[in-house]
Amino acid sequence: MEANFWWVIGGVLFVLLNTAAGLIWLERRMLALWQDRYGPNRAGPLGLLIVLADTIKLFFKEDWIPPFSDKVVFVFAPAVVVASVLMSFTVIPFGPNVVVADWNIGLLFFLAMSSLGVYSIVLGGWASNNKYALLGAMRGASQMISYEVFMGLALMGVVLLSGTFNLREIVEAQRGLWYFIPQFLGFIIFLIAGIAETHRLPFDIPEAESELVAGFHAEYSGMKFGMFFIGEYLGITLVSSMIVTLYFGGWLGPAFLPGIIWFVIKTFVFISLFILLRASMPRPRYDQLMEYGWKVLFPLSLLNLLATAAIKLILTDN
Amino acid sequence: MGPAFYIAGAVAVLSTLMVITRYNIMHALLYFIVSLLSVAVIFYVYGAPFMAALEVIVYAGAIMVLIIFFVMMLNLGPQTAGDEARWLTPRIWIGPSILCLVLLAELVYLILQPTGQAGDVITVDPKAVGMSLFGPYILAVELAGMLLMAGIVGAYHLGRQKKKILHRFLERTTE
Repeated sequence: MEANFWWVIGGVLFVLLNTAAGLIWLERRMLALWQDRYGPNRAGPLGLLIVLADTIKLFFKEDWIPPFSDKVVFVFAPAVVVASVLMSFTVIPFGPNVVVADWNIGLLFFLAMSSLGVYSIVLGGWASNNKYALLGAMRGASQMISYEVFMGLALMGVVLLSGTFNLREIVEAQRGLWYFIPQFLGFIIFLIAGIAETHRLPFDIPEAESELVAGFHAEYSGMKFGMFFIGEYLGITLVSSMIVTLYFGGWLGPAFLPGIIWFVIKTFVFISLFILLRASMPRPRYDQLMEYGWKVLFPLSLLNLLATAAIKLILTDN
Repeated sequence: MGPAFYIAGAVAVLSTLMVITRYNIMHALLYFIVSLLSVAVIFYVYGAPFMAALEVIVYAGAIMVLIIFFVMMLNLGPQTAGDEARWLTPRIWIGPSILCLVLLAELVYLILQPTGQAGDVITVDPKAVGMSLFGPYILAVELAGMLLMAGIVGAYHLGRQKKKILHRFLERTTE
């Protein structure tokens, strides 16, 4: 058990960090495909070595800490995003026995870590001591706090159906029916909130390069910027694997492939969906985003919770 | 209570001291977050994983973000840190500290009373917390709900403003 545990941690870290790096290539190739261009296709087979080139570039850039910044917080902020996202992966069951922490508060731990992830944006933007960075940080904070509310409320539908916060048991409870059918509304809300939580393109208003230069990471360079970059890709992977775990039966699937392969396949489908969204959606205005969240998604998620609870109550009474 | 409790407790005490003594309010708030996180670890060690998770989600993840958000908008520069440094003179802090020390002495005395050993740590799972919240303590939950509702209505009332339409011919105000 002990040895197995360390293998799982090492394996998960290895696969995740490589996935996050590989997503740089995948995203650029797929964006190119959807926008009818070639994308990076020169370095190595299919342009795969662009990942290596990008990494080397990031490592060798001047790592500049602005003299007007709050230096300690400035250095600390990029680490928060990667740490909080990587911590969230500890509770995700990748396969029947492949999980780092089989906790009975797994889902809450995911919510806790995603709410701590806000600090990287807020602190990064504040420590940069720059108007655009501060604006980006303020947008990021309000966006992520708002969307966390209905993210949590949407998840409660799944908790009601399965009766547990333990992600492994939630996956087991989906043996008969994957939850995206009874919880379709919850799934849609969680998907939208997940995009906002990772501040990916339709909702990337904290960085919004056309209005805020680069928003909260305008002052970052070198590997510190790289941490935000990797954190974003890890965030996409995290939200995709959470969607798979909660709504698409996790590692469940026909028996001709092992569970972990099913998990990876399903996760990649959602990662591709995220990239497709980036390729096709315009960025909403900041107030539109907040209005959409509080006036549409919030009542919908409450309604979803109420309806799920009522149906569950009726079904258990009979 | 293993070493986890003592380490988390030491971190909590140290970070809380740092909260009080920092001149830069942002650094103080960051130490406060560390303090909240270590309290969450203590909750977990004591067998209350649900409380630990809520501590992180609600306090560290939501309320502190809001406070930091407001502090950020106040745009407090280095000169404020200077003000803080001038204000934190012994004349100011010695009185409260003596009173706190009296309380601490009292607390230590009470803890050292031989009132039986604390039993083994019993882990309370989220379901048990929910059962007791919506069982014997339902009245408290309802009261808290009403209080929050009043807060929401109040916030809505304060936030409401007349929408002014600026146009040469159509200048008017609407509710």
